[in-house]
Amino acid sequence: MTHKPLEGIRVIDLCVVWAGPFATMLLGDLGAEIIKPENPFVFQPMTRGAMARPPQMLVTNSIAWAGGLPNNEVGQRPWDYNPTFVSLYRNKKSFTVDLRRPEGMDILGRLVAESDVVYENNATGTMEGLGITYDWLKAANPRIILVRVPAYGSDGPYARARALGVHLEAVMGHSLLRGYPDADPSSNTAIFSGDYVAGAQGAFAVMTALWHRDRTGEGQLIEIAQAENAACMFTQAIMDYSLNGKTQGANGNRDVHGRAPSGVYPAVSPGTSATSDDRWIAISIEDDDQWQAFGEAIGSPAWASDPRFSTNAGRLEHHDELDQLISAYTAGQNDYDLMHRLQGAGVSATPVLEASRMFTDPQLRSRGFFRSQTQAAAGTHEYVGPLWNLPETPVEFLQPPVMFGEHNDYVYRDVLKVSDDEYASLKAGGHIATEYDSSVL
Amino acid sequence: MQALDNVRILDLTHHIAGPYATRLFADFGADVIKIEQPGGDIARQLGPFKGDVPHPEKSGTFFYLNCNKRSVVLDLKTGEGREALGALALTADLVVESFAPGKLDGLGLGYGFFHALKPDLPVVSLTNFGQTGPYRDFKLTDLTLYAFAGEMYSMGETDREPIKMAGTAALFESGAAAAVGIMGALFASKRFSVGQHVDVSLAETHFGGVDRRHATAIAFQFSGRKTIRLGSHGGGMPHGIYPCADGYVDFTNAGLRPNRVAEMLNHAAWLDDPRFSDPVQRMNPDVIEEWNGHFIGWCIERTKREIWEEARRAKVMCGPMFTMEDLFTDDAFRNRGFWASTQHSELGDVTLPGRPFIMQKGGWELRRAAPLLGQHTVEVLTEAGLSPAQISAASGGAA
Repeated sequence: MTHKPLEGIRVIDLCVVWAGPFATMLLGDLGAEIIKPENPFVFQPMTRGAMARPPQMLVTNSIAWAGGLPNNEVGQRPWDYNPTFVSLYRNKKSFTVDLRRPEGMDILGRLVAESDVVYENNATGTMEGLGITYDWLKAANPRIILVRVPAYGSDGPYARARALGVHLEAVMGHSLLRGYPDADPSSNTAIFSGDYVAGAQGAFAVMTALWHRDRTGEGQLIEIAQAENAACMFTQAIMDYSLNGKTQGANGNRDVHGRAPSGVYPAVSPGTSATSDDRWIAISIEDDDQWQAFGEAIGSPAWASDPRFSTNAGRLEHHDELDQLISAYTAGQNDYDLMHRLQGAGVSATPVLEASRMFTDPQLRSRGFFRSQTQAAAGTHEYVGPLWNLPETPVEFLQPPVMFGEHNDYVYRDVLKVSDDEYASLKAGGHIATEYDSSVL
Repeated sequence: MQALDNVRILDLTHHIAGPYATRLFADFGADVIKIEQPGGDIARQLGPFKGDVPHPEKSGTFFYLNCNKRSVVLDLKTGEGREALGALALTADLVVESFAPGKLDGLGLGYGFFHALKPDLPVVSLTNFGQTGPYRDFKLTDLTLYAFAGEMYSMGETDREPIKMAGTAALFESGAAAAVGIMGALFASKRFSVGQHVDVSLAETHFGGVDRRHATAIAFQFSGRKTIRLGSHGGGMPHGIYPCADGYVDFTNAGLRPNRVAEMLNHAAWLDDPRFSDPVQRMNPDVIEEWNGHFIGWCIERTKREIWEEARRAKVMCGPMFTMEDLFTDDAFRNRGFWASTQHSELGDVTLPGRPFIMQKGGWELRRAAPLLGQHTVEVLTEAGLSPAQISAASGGAA
């Protein structure tokens, strides 16, 4: 049996939405045991879906990643198979407890004593409202590592600002740095790259603190102000202002480093965007040699040898014209065929891949990227795979997307060793459940 | 002390994703020895440049990515260069590289080289598509990476071309993900003496990533529904991006809490329309449009900062869309200590974002500015026991 890098490490996941769950998912993939306490009387929006029991109309009208439930049906346990939830809750365990009551907090304290890390990314004030502070955790376990992910930090005038990743990216400048340069920024689609970097760096932070604890015996509190954390992604714009006082704006699909051409061009499409059947190919030319290779790969049309385009400066100056010429060519091409032809010539080109097409991609199939997981409420499906391959300590999907309260017996009996009487009492009190209370919408 | 100040990383990465991953280690104390070929990391050729004049020591992008590291020039095409690399590997806890697949093997510096020297030394390789598969040799840029593996398809207007993120955000995401995999390899080596060749595909860091790709894939498996491209328009009260007196504000998903929105609007009279509180009517596009007509009127009379203040008071999700000038001049960010500064011989005083997160103990420090090309060649190779003649030969005469 192989080792896992983080085997023996236990993490309590008090996370919501995406940024926190992504961090704990990465830790779980590396072998940590992730335990999520869940409250049968409180539904956390945007974690196990928008509502515990959404009306069918809401599911039908939501975009796929929010409303794409199995067979498009709400079914009996919608909280167990919301697409965003299942994609973040592999390799995790779930038990239920009502943290608003003293006996619930007692249970949490006992679990903290048996754990290494507590990770939370709730709205500022939520944990304090429950009485979960670093001091309280430290009293239960002096070696505990607590990670908190407030949107703008725990102090200052923005400390209580409510935000998803998309809002704090707006504050950090991202929303004005992306989008069509010729369009109003209100057309910008909501994205969540801030959740990606904060989640990944949160996992990194936990491991850094574990490394420190191994050396010193000390636990600690870590604060990831998610807005501050997102800044790395806008390095070029930030450094341009820092070094030159220049304010960059949206440059569409063009290269921030000025290499041309760079764009997304139409390809032969089996249908239209109305049914998500429009196809596009992204092409990046990084230097003059690649430009020449590109011209040859597309059959050496006269314009490809136009001297105005022979240098990067010339291509940049005439980028609009080039976009039209390239589009006229690509519009008659199959996107995958053109990728192979251009990549074969050393030019970076890829289809803009709609998600459903991932499952037939030869590269992902060749590498065995997808993992089949069976969850009782949802059935068997192929999920996206891990972010890295560590051959001697492999990432395995040992626990499929966890069902609500699936590990009540494990946590209460095996980890906390509660007596039969206490178990019965907690169950009678509604702490131990396998679905949300009927009062929860 | 810093948490990782007993870790040494031999860093053979270049461009953006790899150097960002290793910068995180350097920031928390690791001794990251950046190996540059004669001529230097290609990121030295990427703008923005101070004064807009290209110069290998004046790239803001390179600067940001390589603070806290030491630069050593080695000519890996020579036997002396390879021997020096071996000497450094013996002192390292981990090697990370981002050459095209097979490139280091061709130089005799593949995994076997390091494994023979030190069996528990992990080597992490960052490549576009991984070490195997039909696309192994394909090129990826930030644009083509995000187009193929990220969620670009869903971004932009339905009837226009899909659109990327800003700058090279996708590569930074990959770098952050790679840092976690590198840390995993480091733990496996430290705890269990496991050496291994870790294969990180930038594409897979996006195919498996949290910015919707994780969920759009399984949503298709569950429901047969594809991803749509829909801009940010409509659909909520409020939802999406709105113009205001001096720019724009983002109210994505704010309408999920109508009571808070009413509080933010100080319970304006127009909110009393019974259709605006009827759960079914709230999904009616005509009613939504009418509501938004009122709301835009409210926004346009206020600045983005004024709107954000009202939203914060009422706990409404909101993000004012800042420019870089707004961010740099914002007192709250400055007072929290978000910005750091350091001095550089070519760039002078440089201000840049500081800590990615705050640790109580052993945390972030800016110990040194980004290195000049080969600034530490003599220092590092002398530490490794090389003679001046060996150092000169290994660096191709650069030192």
